[in-house]
Order: sequence, then C-alpha cells, then structure tokens
Amino acid sequence: MTFVAATRSLGRAGLFSLSVLRASAPTRDFFTELTREIYKIGARSLPIIAVGGAFVGLVLTLQGYRTLSRFGATNSLSTLLGLSLYRELGPVLTALLFIGRAGSSIAAELGLMRATDQITALGLMAIDPVKKAVAPRFWAAVITVPLLTAFFCSFAIAASYLEAVHVIGLDAGYFWSALKDSVDFVDDYLVAFLKSAVFGGTAALVAAYVGYHAEPTIEGTSIATTRAVVNASLLVLMFNFVLSALLFRS
Amino acid sequence: MIHAPAAVRLTDVRLDRGGRAVLEGIDLEVPRGGITAVLGPSGSGKSTLLAALTGELDASAGTVEVLGTPLPQRKRALLELRKGIGVLLQGNGLLTDLTVAENVALPLRTHTTLPAVVIHRLVLMKLHAVGLRAAADLFPRELSGGMARRVALARALALDPPLMIYDEPLTGLDPIASGVIMSLIARLNASLGLTSIIVTHHVHETLPVADRAIVIANGRIVFSGTPHALQASADPLVRQFLLGEPDGPIAFDAVARAEAA
Repeated sequence: MTFVAATRSLGRAGLFSLSVLRASAPTRDFFTELTREIYKIGARSLPIIAVGGAFVGLVLTLQGYRTLSRFGATNSLSTLLGLSLYRELGPVLTALLFIGRAGSSIAAELGLMRATDQITALGLMAIDPVKKAVAPRFWAAVITVPLLTAFFCSFAIAASYLEAVHVIGLDAGYFWSALKDSVDFVDDYLVAFLKSAVFGGTAALVAAYVGYHAEPTIEGTSIATTRAVVNASLLVLMFNFVLSALLFRS
Repeated sequence: MIHAPAAVRLTDVRLDRGGRAVLEGIDLEVPRGGITAVLGPSGSGKSTLLAALTGELDASAGTVEVLGTPLPQRKRALLELRKGIGVLLQGNGLLTDLTVAENVALPLRTHTTLPAVVIHRLVLMKLHAVGLRAAADLFPRELSGGMARRVALARALALDPPLMIYDEPLTGLDPIASGVIMSLIARLNASLGLTSIIVTHHVHETLPVADRAIVIANGRIVFSGTPHALQASADPLVRQFLLGEPDGPIAFDAVARAEAA
C-alpha cells in the first residue's frame, strides 16, 4: 500500500468514526438495537471470557508462586496477580478475546449485510445505515468490554484463590489482604475500566469499518473478517502502550 | 390545462462507472401513472440507470429529476426525497435479524410518529396486500424466494410512495412465483395509483403488464414506445434482443470485452 493510499484509508476511517458518533442519537429504536447488541456481543462473550480469565489466573499463580518462592515472598502472590491483571492483562486479554469472538462477528455481519443488499436497502428507505447498523454495535462494545474485563479479572482471581489457597496451601487471609492493599480502586480498577472502554470502542470501530466497506462478495466478507481481527488486535496493543504510558506515570 | 410534472425526467444524461461511460445521451420521461418497463440485455446499464434514479450514482452530465425535483446533492435532502420512492431490490435486502413484520414496520417506525398499535395494523394491511399476513412472525431465512420478494414489496410500499422502482423483480423466481409477482405489481399499481418502473431483462413476462417500454442497448436508449410497438419494431437491435439471437448488433459480453480492451 502506498503512502497516499494509506493516508486516504486513515482519513476515511476517521470520517467513518465521526459519522458513527454523529449517528448516535439516543432514540427509542437506538436503545432497542443497543440492548440487542449488548446481548449479542456482550452476554454471549461471557463463556470465553470466564474460561480465558480462569486459565490466566491459574497460570499467573503457578509462575508467580515458583518465582516468588525463591525469594520467600509467596505472600505477595496476590499483589502480583492483582496489579498485573488490573493494569495490563485484564483489559488487553479481554479486548483480544472480544475481538476474536465479537469483532469478527461485527465485521462478518456488516460484510454480509453489504453483500446481501441490506445496507443498500436501508439507504434506499431513507434510513441511515450507520445509525441503524453501526452505532448500536459501537456503543454496545464501549459498554460491554469494561464489564467483560471486570468478569475476566474476577474469574482470574477466583481461580488463583482456589489454586493458591486450596492446592498450594497459602494462607487465605494473606491472599485477600495483600490483594486489597495493593489494588487501588481509582488508579487500578477505574483505569482498567477506562482502558477497556477505549479498547472496546476501537475494536468495534475497526471491525465495523472493514465490514461496512467490504467487497460485496463471500470472499470480500471473509477478507474483512480476517482484517478486522488483525487490525483491531494490533491497534489495541498499540493503544495499550500509549494509555499505560499516560495513565501509570506515577 | 396544467400538466402534472413527469414522475421521472432525464435530460441528456451521461452515467459513468469506473471512469467508463455506461450510458450516454439519455433523454427519458416517465409520465405519472402506469407501468414503464426498462428492458435491455445484461450489462446494458439498466442497474446503472436505476442507481441514478435513486441518487446512489450522480450523473456525470445532464439532469435527473424525480417527482418534479432535481436530485439533490445534500444527503439529508436526498433521504427526504427517497421517502417518496419505493425500491424493490433484486436481492430483496430484507434485514435478516428482523421478522417479516419488523422488516415492513421499519420505515414506518423510522419516518413516522404513529403509535405502535397503528403501525402494527398498517403492517398487517401491507402484508395482506401481498398475501403474506400469516407470515408476519417468520424470519427472512424461513421464506421461499417468491415470499421474500413479496415481503420486500410490502416493505417498499410501507410509506405509500407515489413512485415504485423494481430492479429485476423476477430474478431467481420460478414461473408461478414470477406470475404472482407481476400480477401483484399490476394490481397494486392500479389500485394505489402509483407510477411504476420495472427494470428487467424478462421481456415476455413484463410486457403484458407494461403501459410503456424502453429498451437500452449499447449504452443508449434504442426504443421508447408502447409494448405493442416494441413487438412490431423492425429495428435489428430490438429484434435481436426480443428474439434472443446470439448474433446481431448487440455484442455478447460487450462489457467484459470493453473492460478487457
């Protein structure tokens, strides 16, 4: 891709993002669609978030315990777990799982809507397709990804507790008190929420953009789905670095 | 005597796709009322003409007037004009995550402030008009091709538009479903006092219900007149198209050859 083409594509994506924000008027129909999308992309993502969170918690506990036990600091296991989860792993891994589960479906759905004349039909009925099909998906992602992150971290901590206390044999009191003392509600928990909202919005916008502009063929939809997952994942990782640098300066 | 403006008027219009002129020098007037069939072989530019009538494609030259108004450039004004145009797309364009009734209700919910009860009754009336009242709660995936086309027709009629445009309404339908659709188009046009434009290459099914026929070939209009005059035309272009002859003035695969050249 030439520099000019890349710049043009970036400009189009920016204009598309603006059109999504402009089309986000809070009407009754909008809230109906928003509720439907929250269920589709949020509630249906819960199983993989739960499983993913639990296994991340288990492996963090395993590796953390092995390393900390060399220094006699196993009581800090939940500190390591809490900080790494809320500050980095929770928001990023939730966003990546969300992209795989819901981002791909957003791109595929919009690509198929394009291929089967649904987007054209909306325009011909004087209904803004962005308002009807894209804006609710975007806001559903902004709302659900922070909630999914909270679930991810909760499942990770619960799994870690089971392993650390009931398998390894650490003290439950130390586990919870170290976790409570190390994780700050504003600096860690709310910042994780904020990062997740940004990641959710980014993932949904990228997926919607490539799906909405897909070639109206089966192959075009397939390419758009792959592109949505790759581009959104890379952008989330890039934004995570930028946000971490800005938000965790202290 | 004051004449109502034509439903559609194109004056010296040129339409381009991908930097190539698809149609040139198009002068066309579709009077209000009646059914006009726009005929032509595949790739002749019929769908391009339809895109120009709905404002999806801007004319490179000339003017396009619909319902007495030049097609506006501003998106909001164009959307307003489109409320007066019902379009039945070749692919139907039914929203797959909505039921039949929700699909038909969509334009009413978006563009009117009618109470839900009234919208529900209107939807049932529209579905009754196309003979599908019993299918209100089905999803598009549960419909046959002919049923889906009729639901799309009911949705296109939802706002009672004065102008209906049909894009290849018979594509993919069996002869019985085709007959049902054509008789529906004729009956609805007469009973609702609409102006209908049928863009199609199904000559023999369309001409019996049409009041006027236009034939597009080789990038221009080659015939305009009554269906009877079309059948009687001695123009070699028209004869080749009507009789489906492989050799003649209309080149087979003209578009593909032009693009390859």
